[in-house]
Amino acid sequence: MEYGVVYLVLAAAFGLFMAWGIGANDVANAMAPSVGSKVLTIRQAVVVAAIFEFAGAVLAGGEVTATVRSGIVDAGLMEDSPEVLVFGMLAALAAAGTWLLVASKKGWPVSTTHSIIGALVGFAIAAVGWSAVQWGVVGTVVASWVVSPVLAGIASFLLFRSVQYLVFDTPDPLRAARVWVPVYIGLTGFVIASVTLLKGLGHLGLEISEAQSYGYSLFFAVALWLVGKGLVARIGVDPSADRDFHFASVERVFGVLMVVVACAMAFAHGSNDVANAIGPVAAVVSVVTSDGDVTAQAELPLWILLLGGGGIVAGLFMLGHHVIATVGSNITQLTPSRGFACGLATAGTVVFASGFGLPISTTQTLVGAVLGIGLARGIAALNLRVVGGVFMSWLVTLPAGGILAVFFFYLLMLAFGG
Amino acid sequence: MKSYFSSIFGRSPVSPLQHHMAKVLDCAEALVPLFKAVSEGDYNAVATAQQRVTDLEREADALKKELRNKLPHSMFMPFDRADFLELLRAQDRIANKAKDIAGLVLGRKMQLPEPLVDPFMDFLNRAIDASRQAKNTVDQLDELVETGFRGAEVEVVQEMLDKLDAIEHDTDRMQVQLRSLLQKLEPRIPPVDVMFLYQLIERVGTLADRAQQTGSRLQILMAR
Repeated sequence: MEYGVVYLVLAAAFGLFMAWGIGANDVANAMAPSVGSKVLTIRQAVVVAAIFEFAGAVLAGGEVTATVRSGIVDAGLMEDSPEVLVFGMLAALAAAGTWLLVASKKGWPVSTTHSIIGALVGFAIAAVGWSAVQWGVVGTVVASWVVSPVLAGIASFLLFRSVQYLVFDTPDPLRAARVWVPVYIGLTGFVIASVTLLKGLGHLGLEISEAQSYGYSLFFAVALWLVGKGLVARIGVDPSADRDFHFASVERVFGVLMVVVACAMAFAHGSNDVANAIGPVAAVVSVVTSDGDVTAQAELPLWILLLGGGGIVAGLFMLGHHVIATVGSNITQLTPSRGFACGLATAGTVVFASGFGLPISTTQTLVGAVLGIGLARGIAALNLRVVGGVFMSWLVTLPAGGILAVFFFYLLMLAFGG
Repeated sequence: MKSYFSSIFGRSPVSPLQHHMAKVLDCAEALVPLFKAVSEGDYNAVATAQQRVTDLEREADALKKELRNKLPHSMFMPFDRADFLELLRAQDRIANKAKDIAGLVLGRKMQLPEPLVDPFMDFLNRAIDASRQAKNTVDQLDELVETGFRGAEVEVVQEMLDKLDAIEHDTDRMQVQLRSLLQKLEPRIPPVDVMFLYQLIERVGTLADRAQQTGSRLQILMAR
């Protein structure tokens, strides 16, 4: 294939840029609850996010990457002109990256997931026609965008209510918190571990049976539970804060849980969103390395996952500070008990979707979880107009990504004489 | 680079409301030095004390308006917006009544007949106790949000409201006693002054009523 190396370098560069943007932008929202409730400092949040984002991307990012790489566009229709597929994927990356850049400069809400899917659909329609889009898959993906916030909302509502029932509505909430918080920590570990083991590790060539997966997850959960017990025992009581707000010490115990949930959030985010950056890269790599065979069922090379994870971490280290500072200071209402319910509901939903290879928007899911707490009368004020605006802008992101992708696609065609 | 995630959280109206209630209580409590000055017959001090009550009432008013402006209809809260505004209004009416009492005392240069002084001061203090208890219950609002308006915390607030009712009931009783005491003193006091003393007793009773109404408003807000 002519220019093969050039395409590879371009794809890697664009993918890295996209991953970098995701790291700089989205991660702040994933870490926001823990920074907002002063459980983690910004510096700690950045480090925690980096470690777990990377782990999530590498360990559980495979399924979603496969969907973005070959599920949206029917590559079979481009068999005679593999360049078209390569240009399209490069264009999609460039479009989503550009849109991400513009939107974050302007402060518009933007979903990397929505922009990349929009871009892929836009390119497929422009290059081949409506038939080139796998509408069934796109339909499933779009449906999951509706389902995931709803699911997270229901989960956070139930989690929040369980916290009310088990901890706050007892004669001695502080004692109840010391008992139940480690249990929640174990639960968080179980949810993340089981879905990852069941669904995510296939791409790393690890084959373990279902029973084994659950066994390991349970073991992991119990280990976390014990660690949690040790940590919670060390949390002291702050009588002066309790005078002002009776549940201050209880919330401090929940703070331990927040850290665990923050890790889970970062892991989930990495597992799902890394695909937005590296899915198209994987497609380009597959075409180029199989010398123009667009439908080759190649394994996803590990280096691509590492590239995505690395890009996210780089973006996080360069800009994460700034973004987390902006967000964290404004989210004081997500106290640890609420932040935990939101975080676990979001992480669970996202990891679950990742297991099924569905690219969903982490932030959108998080907003759904927050609304769930709101419905449980747990948040003092939510600005519904902003929520509506945020959801609207995610819809706008689809055509924006699409139109930009078409533009870049023709630009590349001109440049490489396709 | 901005974040939109944080902007979906509105400013919590709970602590401004509590702040307003604290100001209202300050205003009611400022009646004590005023009547102390009255019983000492020091009318310069009465004027100063009346000015203090008026100032505090104005500050409470400003807080009320500011809070109202911060509550757009798009704000989703764990309580009904109308209920919240009614509670705010109920709080504000306590301060209005305190200002009203202070104005009456200064405007008519009122004096308390000697036998009336001690029972009246007790009565006034009990009425202010009602406002204090109202403030204590409003201070529980953030705990209520924390527990999602459920469970043990609701019981705690309910008990506090019962205590508020009991205090208001005390003031009713004291009011009756004061009236009959005043009736015995009537022949010795100019009739018009008697009329206004009855007025004064009435208004202090209303001060306690309004504290109780604040409690009722909180109860309505809780029980959505």
